[in-house]
Amino acid sequence: MRKNGFARNALIETLHTVQSAFGYLDDDSIRFVALSLRVPLSQAYGVVTFYHYFSLKPPGKHTMTICAGTACYIKGADKLIAAAEKRLGVARGQTTSDGQISLMTARCVGACSRAPVVLCDGAVAGEMAAEPMLEQLERWAVE
Amino acid sequence: MTIEELEQVAKSVCQENDKYDFEVNVCMDLACMSQGADHLREALEKAAGASGKNVLVRRTGCMGPCSSGPLVRVDPEEHLYHHVKADNADAIVASLGGPPVPELQCDLNDHFDRQVRVVLENAGYIDPEKIDDYIGRDGYKALLTALTEMTPNGVIHRITESGLRGRGGGGYPTGLKWGTVAKASGELKYVVCNGDEGDPGAFMDRSVMEGDPHRVIEGMAIAAYAVGASKGFIYVRAEYPVAVSRLTTAIREARRRGLLGNGICNTPFSFDVEIRLGAGAFVCGEETALIASIEGKRGTPRPRPPYPAVSGLFGKPTLINNVETYANVAPIVRNGGKWFANMGSERSKGTKVFALTGKIANTGLVEVPMGIKLREIIEVIGGGVPGGHQFKAVQTGGPSGGCIPAEMLDLGVSYDALMAVGSIMGSGGMIVMDDTSCMVNVARFFVEFCMTESCGKCIPCRAGTAQMFTLLTRICAGLGTMDDLDLLISLCETIKETSLCGLGMTAPNPVLSTIKYFRNEYIEHIVNKRCPAGVCNIEAPVAVSAEVLA
Repeated sequence: MRKNGFARNALIETLHTVQSAFGYLDDDSIRFVALSLRVPLSQAYGVVTFYHYFSLKPPGKHTMTICAGTACYIKGADKLIAAAEKRLGVARGQTTSDGQISLMTARCVGACSRAPVVLCDGAVAGEMAAEPMLEQLERWAVE
Repeated sequence: MTIEELEQVAKSVCQENDKYDFEVNVCMDLACMSQGADHLREALEKAAGASGKNVLVRRTGCMGPCSSGPLVRVDPEEHLYHHVKADNADAIVASLGGPPVPELQCDLNDHFDRQVRVVLENAGYIDPEKIDDYIGRDGYKALLTALTEMTPNGVIHRITESGLRGRGGGGYPTGLKWGTVAKASGELKYVVCNGDEGDPGAFMDRSVMEGDPHRVIEGMAIAAYAVGASKGFIYVRAEYPVAVSRLTTAIREARRRGLLGNGICNTPFSFDVEIRLGAGAFVCGEETALIASIEGKRGTPRPRPPYPAVSGLFGKPTLINNVETYANVAPIVRNGGKWFANMGSERSKGTKVFALTGKIANTGLVEVPMGIKLREIIEVIGGGVPGGHQFKAVQTGGPSGGCIPAEMLDLGVSYDALMAVGSIMGSGGMIVMDDTSCMVNVARFFVEFCMTESCGKCIPCRAGTAQMFTLLTRICAGLGTMDDLDLLISLCETIKETSLCGLGMTAPNPVLSTIKYFRNEYIEHIVNKRCPAGVCNIEAPVAVSAEVLA
């Protein structure tokens, strides 16, 4: 916040910083940011819920993000998503009950030339098939 | 920094590079990185160090044909190697000064021969994190020339003369936009760079920001001088962390060199840039929504006028251009407007970068002169549809664009031609589909995207996209009727005419264009309860047997 001179318009920047430090935004941190930047709570909460990038729930220990952009979709990302959902027993956007793995989808990570793309804890892996992805999930699950 | 000092730096960069006998350039774009380009670079550096040869290993931006990655180019021989693994490093270093490594050689002459590189002229030749590399290739020369030898009006005149049009998709004449902002009254003005490449399937702007960040900054600085602004913002998607970090480095280096900040080049002109992060909202690519987002608010658009050129960011006159538009500015100022206007078609000048993806052999980034035929891009540059499949359609413009069928492949690419066939140029995503893609399903995919991305402010878009989605889902499930199809068309027309911003106005495009060109696929789903591409999961028994259809 100090970096941006406590500017009100740096609300999104500040929320990004908080999320990257804690993994998600809980009520207390949203309150704290709103108070410090002198932004109404309603605006802070409104911004958090408007943008897909912000999460109100803590993420799992590992995160499998499957790109659901057009190029990935044409190359079968929907099948990857279905396979992962089946394996983990959760829908996209959710975390397994043991808190081990979160299954997320991304709008597009911009690596369309290697579609379909998944991000294993943020690392981009291109031309992904269901098998290696499920193997990765298996490894995470038993950790 | 003065022009003389700039030339001095450029000269010393050349001397520095001349010290090396060979340059090994490794593409460090996201696509190549995902294939282990990082390990490869380390291996090359190690091999080069051990060989005793005088080799420079350089990290570069995207070289283009991402499907052949990781890519390595050896200069001065210009040998391009594809699918290079870390194990190949020793062989490449050993081959320097002799014949190339045959098994790694990449033969993509057709792919490169038809391309003209303006925006991507440095991509693959410079290290994006080194400002000196950029200066060594005429970087910042245009800015300093503009500041010392041209008036702001002169700059605008040159841009107008070039015929450059907005590369974000709308195609608004850039010179005209700059002129409007320049004329707007007010001491404080802003320039904003739209790097919110929300269109899924497009990554041109990402590659430019990651591969040649200084080009964007220079373009913005020239624009600021022309319109009289002193502050700039680059709005980048949070999904592009590499672009953010390279831009941050670039801004820091430019400040250190006195190319950003107060009194640039001993003139009264001051300009500085800040990065603002998006947070995942497609609608923020719309200029008024983008402004709201930079101000730290929910990214909802507002009615225009007033246009941002009059009242934009923080209520001040604001110039908003796309990344690729700014990337075109420096070469235009350097080489003149006529040079640029000589390329391209009558009403669309210059070149356009496309992100070629989907069911095509050479996926990646290509830059072609405007007016080139779609067929050339897909069959020659792209290498056609692989796996013996049949080309079906090419989708341009993302969720706001349309699908162009095979019989229209001889269309020349320009803003107006694409608009005339029910699609748009868009930011430059080009997704190729073959006979395994179901057009109804594709339309449903885009509508679903627009439905989730609708900000909810105006009803036609919020409710209309949801209704379109319901209708398309029914058709995909084999439950649709012919009445649904008519209803869908009239709904599309309504949404198009009554929505507040570009998102809603263009959301029906994928539906309308697929109905127009692939009506038979819709009818197959509705009447015969059958998906010709075998994508849709139709539970109902197939009414017509395969032999009747044949």
